Amino acid sequence: MARLIPILIAIGPLWLLWIAFTGSTDPQELGVGLVAAILVAIVAGGEPFSTATFRIFHPRRFLYALAYVPYLAWAIVRSNLDVARRVLSPSLPINPGIVRVRTRLTSPVGRTVLANSITLTPGTLTVDICDDELCIHWVDVQSENIDEATREIVSGFEKYLEVIFG
Amino acid sequence: MGAQQIIGAAVTLLGTAFLFLGALGIVRMPDLYNRMQAGTKATTLGNLLTLLGLGILQPAWLVKLALIALFVLVTNPISSHALARAAYRSGVPLADVTVRDEYPEALQEHGEA
Repeated sequence: MARLIPILIAIGPLWLLWIAFTGSTDPQELGVGLVAAILVAIVAGGEPFSTATFRIFHPRRFLYALAYVPYLAWAIVRSNLDVARRVLSPSLPINPGIVRVRTRLTSPVGRTVLANSITLTPGTLTVDICDDELCIHWVDVQSENIDEATREIVSGFEKYLEVIFG
Repeated sequence: MGAQQIIGAAVTLLGTAFLFLGALGIVRMPDLYNRMQAGTKATTLGNLLTLLGLGILQPAWLVKLALIALFVLVTNPISSHALARAAYRSGVPLADVTVRDEYPEALQEHGEA
């Protein structure tokens, strides 16, 4: 029963979201939306609306999360330009390898967001996470030292994520 | 043709240019891991710009397009990660130009080898 309540609570907002997106009160749309909302709530196990989610509305966390969006967007643009430059260059300038980096983040969601962010940035792709270490495929290995690689790849994101998920 | 149409079409075109570069990277890169770098990164911006261009052409679609963009941003790195990890664990070799591979020692230290 304790596990059922968050699922039931999740159905309402999910259904509202569906209605907002379809912008229609046609009974068929509403019916399909309700079925979809119930299925999503069951699959997600009520997780999207757990107390952990609402922690994000703490003012400091929320501001850092807002600031993270342009930071990540800029990282994605740089990453794409960097890869474009390498692909177009006749000599194909790459110096690839898999290196280890360390993270101070402890929450599973925080680590997931970090791994995803790293994958979206210039020439780095997260291959695996083992405890507090991430294995990163790096197109242009700058340093094989774990601390320098951590500073180079992880630190920029971690500043924000530590506050958001800390 | 108004300014809106021209800007929308130009942004979409820029997006497809990045998608093309991603495809070119897949052909040119020496091994699976580097190909994935090209295939996942160039396509992120390619997708986002294409969606943004469509949003400029059809402002009524913006909210739904933003939702698709969010979906791409969240799922793209997860699938890349899953592919790279699965490839490594099933023995797909790194290219000869690779300078370093610390993954096996990390696996060993964390008792997963």
